[in-house]
Amino acid sequence: MIECQGITKTYQTGDISTTVLNNVSLKICNGEFVAIVGPSGSGKSTLMHILGLLDTPTSGKYFFDSQDVTKLSDDSLADLRRKKIGFVFQAFNLLPRATILRNVMLPLVYSKIPENERENQAKKVLDDVGLEKDHYQKLSNQLSGGQMQRVAIARSLVNNPPIIFADEPTGNLATQQSRIVMDTFKKLNKQGRTIILITHEHDIAANANRIISIRDGMIVGDVIK
Amino acid sequence: MRFNDLLKEIFWAISGNKARSGLTILGIVIGIASVIALLSLGQGAKSSIQSSIESIGSNLIMVMPGMQRSSGVSSGRGSAQTLTIADAEAIKTSISDISGVAPVTSRSYQVTAGSNNTNVQVTGTTPDYSIVRSITLSSGSFISTGQVTSASKVAVLGPTTRDDLFGENAEAVGKTIRINKINFKVIGITTSKGGSGMTNTDDAIYVPITTAQRNLSGGTRISSIYIAASSQESMTSVQEQITTLLLQRHNISDSASADFSVMNQSDIASAASSVTSTLTTLLAGIAGISLLVGGIGIMNMMLTTVTERTREIGLRKAVGAKSSDIRRQFLFEAIALTFLGGGIGIFFGWITSLIVSRFISIQGQVTLSSILLAFGVSAGVGILFGYYPAKRAASLNPIDALRYE
Repeated sequence: MIECQGITKTYQTGDISTTVLNNVSLKICNGEFVAIVGPSGSGKSTLMHILGLLDTPTSGKYFFDSQDVTKLSDDSLADLRRKKIGFVFQAFNLLPRATILRNVMLPLVYSKIPENERENQAKKVLDDVGLEKDHYQKLSNQLSGGQMQRVAIARSLVNNPPIIFADEPTGNLATQQSRIVMDTFKKLNKQGRTIILITHEHDIAANANRIISIRDGMIVGDVIK
Repeated sequence: MRFNDLLKEIFWAISGNKARSGLTILGIVIGIASVIALLSLGQGAKSSIQSSIESIGSNLIMVMPGMQRSSGVSSGRGSAQTLTIADAEAIKTSISDISGVAPVTSRSYQVTAGSNNTNVQVTGTTPDYSIVRSITLSSGSFISTGQVTSASKVAVLGPTTRDDLFGENAEAVGKTIRINKINFKVIGITTSKGGSGMTNTDDAIYVPITTAQRNLSGGTRISSIYIAASSQESMTSVQEQITTLLLQRHNISDSASADFSVMNQSDIASAASSVTSTLTTLLAGIAGISLLVGGIGIMNMMLTTVTERTREIGLRKAVGAKSSDIRRQFLFEAIALTFLGGGIGIFFGWITSLIVSRFISIQGQVTLSSILLAFGVSAGVGILFGYYPAKRAASLNPIDALRYE
């Protein structure tokens, strides 16, 4: 479960300070499928970065699994990200010169998991996201966008984290591919994982069970289906 | 991150951009190879000088005439003609712990034998010369005391001189040579010592000192006295005794105004080796500059790599890499590059030293210490020039890195 209380994020550029998030409070329970929607510049990506422990708020409190994480060191945040959080990005962010299998195994390198177990774990999650076995040894740039995003989802799953953050995961995909990717997230949610999806497309957000709307750094709507 | 994984990441990174990695490594290869080659040749030069100084003779003490001063103007050390055969005899009779005393007068002459001729150093000396300079004969005999007393016109030739005058390995004992238009009978040939250049003892002629004074140089003065101490330990005391004796004989009370100087072989050896050490250090220092340039190449490549892989660094951080993991990855990548360069550089430096040794008379010596030095330096260069790019990579903010276009 994650909960934030009065989170504010301000960027200082010279003499001008920009408030990107203004006193945001929200609570997301385990097993929820939440979509955070808003136009570009609304602060939804910054919110995701803070919720995903990639960034820290200027003020306010953030409890991740009932633990106040606003004061944690960078190394402790890295540990938490590794154990508890999976990320899926709009641009996939796969290593271009590495095979699919190696891309999926990348997070395991930092978990100090023995080498022989890594491959089994990676193959299992690749199977979970429905990628065919004959792609495993291909380089990532030899796949279609939809396949690449499924590899990225497999990578986010390989450490078996309870929460997945997806930042515009369908932004670079065609409709057909988008649907496959969204179906994958739904399936993961059914398995009990918390999915937090950032998007500006309402039909993509419609896949979620709860839609939080954000505008000008403030929450303007929170609808549970 | 396990060390094994670190090595794999480094391998993928370096092999992923072969041309760039190769060129960067080349910079280090050139630096290390030149350091190794120059240190090896310097070491070789030092040993060669050392051995040619040792070939002069062991436990050797030399007495040279001092400077000639006329109304305060010095003509330089060795210019005075203050030593005589009598000085040499006095040393021989009154000083203990010596195994030989040989007065010497030497000068270059044009020497002919039949239609051949050569210009060679002719040394007038006494039988003890073979003891003090460790000269052995391959055929015939050395100058005898009787020949010195009677000022016989006999000569002992070095093997190179024999080859020049009579042809390669020809039988020369018993034949006649002409020095300064005077006939000398060849009585012996010395064994080759393999010297070269200025210290070539194979290109020499030895005649009785009396003959040299009477028939060649025409004076009673001698150019130096060689004394062999009976042991290494007695060198200092023998040297002091000689100084005292000669001061007394020359009626000089203040040792600072002595008209001669006493030196020993180890003085010369240490002077020569300090010169070669300085030169070697200087040359290796110049080679070190190319290593520095190579190190800058490493830093340049690593900075480019870090910029290129900004998104990758962001991703690694997002999936749980700590700053220290990132720093280690890039630092070790730089060290791996310099180690590769160092290894290849040692190989090429070795080859270079072997090739150069074939063309000059110095035998290059690649020592373990110079190899360890090269590895140490390349690791040092890797750490020095890899640290800043690695630190920069580690300090990247994951969000900025992920957003980087």
